[in-house]
Amino acid sequence: MLIIAEHDGRRLLKATFELVTAAQACGAADDFTLAILGEAQDALLHEAATYAPQVVASAHPSLTDGDPAARARAVADLAEQAEANRILMAGTRGGRAVAPRVAVRLTGAYLEDVVALEPIAGGLRATRYSYLSRIAETLETTAAVVVITCKPNAFTAAAPRLDIGDIFEAELELPAPGMQVTARHTERSTRVPLQEAVIVVTGGRGVGSASGFAVIEQLADALGAAVGATRGAVDAGWRPYAEQVGQTGKTVQPGVYIAAGVSGAVQHLSGMGKSRYIVAVNKDPDAPIFKVSDYGVVGDLHAVLPAMIAATAALKD
Amino acid sequence: MKALCIIRQAPDQEARVKVVGAQVDLDATTLALDGMDEYGIEQALRMNLNSVVVAVGPVRVETALRRALAMGVNRAVHVIADANLDVISIAGAVAAVARQEQPDFILTGGQQADSDTQALGAAVAEFLGWPQVTWTVSLSVEDGRATFTHDTDDGKEDGSCPLPAVFTTQQGLNEPRYPTLPNIMKAKSKELRKVNLDELGVAPGLVRTVNQVPADKPRLGRLLTGDPVEAANELVRLLHDEAKVI
Repeated sequence: MLIIAEHDGRRLLKATFELVTAAQACGAADDFTLAILGEAQDALLHEAATYAPQVVASAHPSLTDGDPAARARAVADLAEQAEANRILMAGTRGGRAVAPRVAVRLTGAYLEDVVALEPIAGGLRATRYSYLSRIAETLETTAAVVVITCKPNAFTAAAPRLDIGDIFEAELELPAPGMQVTARHTERSTRVPLQEAVIVVTGGRGVGSASGFAVIEQLADALGAAVGATRGAVDAGWRPYAEQVGQTGKTVQPGVYIAAGVSGAVQHLSGMGKSRYIVAVNKDPDAPIFKVSDYGVVGDLHAVLPAMIAATAALKD
Repeated sequence: MKALCIIRQAPDQEARVKVVGAQVDLDATTLALDGMDEYGIEQALRMNLNSVVVAVGPVRVETALRRALAMGVNRAVHVIADANLDVISIAGAVAAVARQEQPDFILTGGQQADSDTQALGAAVAEFLGWPQVTWTVSLSVEDGRATFTHDTDDGKEDGSCPLPAVFTTQQGLNEPRYPTLPNIMKAKSKELRKVNLDELGVAPGLVRTVNQVPADKPRLGRLLTGDPVEAANELVRLLHDEAKVI
């Protein structure tokens, strides 16, 4: 089994620990290789060795720009070298751009964005969502090679192992990447990353303006939450695209999702409908968001949210 | 230059998706050309490319192909196949059509609204050995190379790649047009070539869908009305004491 780590060059990201759990769900027990692709500090490699019996690393220059073709070639070559027949990658945009190419290269099956995995006789069974997350489907494959991407937050994070694994340098021959990146515009928030957040506070068109989002940010800070936005709020130029939740944005699955001034279009629901609890604050009692909410407040968010902030502060006293 | 636009036919955004006998049944559902795929069609038209649209699916898919023709695409290819064909096999069929058509650009939606897959563009690119750019929000051609901006997991990237290449599209790339009545009439007489899947030498799919059920999670549906401050206090209390999430 081969796991492709998600990392930022310095440390492993949460998705990697979830992939370790997913590998165990496939029946890996303790026999898997964790691959670190791209520039990696020593601390990252040592951290990786506490999670896997074997770590294989490659900082090949063709991998730095994230060209999907080059990355897929690297993953497929590593899978063949490790004789891995199960390849697990994160269900991020980046992972889902590469994994299908790996499946094609290895003539394998592809299980995409899965939320559950279990072994069956001679194969694997997986659960995933389709039709804008309105349907849960069960898939089965008995293919010799299976490439899997795992939906962020669907699997619990694995703990470190008791033993320290071995670290190897990968030997890869990769072509120059076809795609060249000339500029990167990273939209980094000082808050917890949206897809790792336990609490998300999202504002929609009902917030009214860019400056109106101050109250969304204040509630998020009071709760230690990430800030999200609907497509409407992003299209209006009030928030950066990186905060967009929904079909064309990010998919989140926090413990509690607080939607303020959000109507609840199906495209938005497809990005947050699997949250453990959904809270809606909206002036319009007929807003569709209330139909999928655990707790709803019918009222003006600019009156309700400041009171929530005060009540949250009172909890801590 | 030439573009091949891949489309899917998906339930209309607001339509209910019905399940009959542990399987999605689209017979009574309003179906439409997948909105995510319209960006690719619009882009091909705006770039004045000789454009061909391809769809892989059952007979009903022809309606979506006609819609693409009505938007202004020159020709259509319909690969007749089972509705449940897995995405890698669909990509194999599209790649076979691409080898016949020899386009410079292949365009399709960043994620398909039926199977929620992001794999179609990537798998087609690998079958053809082409570069691939996902979630494209801007695209042009300079000196035979494509220059683009695309969305990543944590922002945007500007870049370039040689052609031919596959681009998956994203909201913001353009504003897709509505077909005009004269163009809808004209589309009826445009070429729509039918190909059977087995003529394309596509390997059988490796993944079977064995069960489909509605994914709605039961919700508490507790609604608080009245004074906003009292409602907010009660909400925070419920989240803290009952749900225990804050």
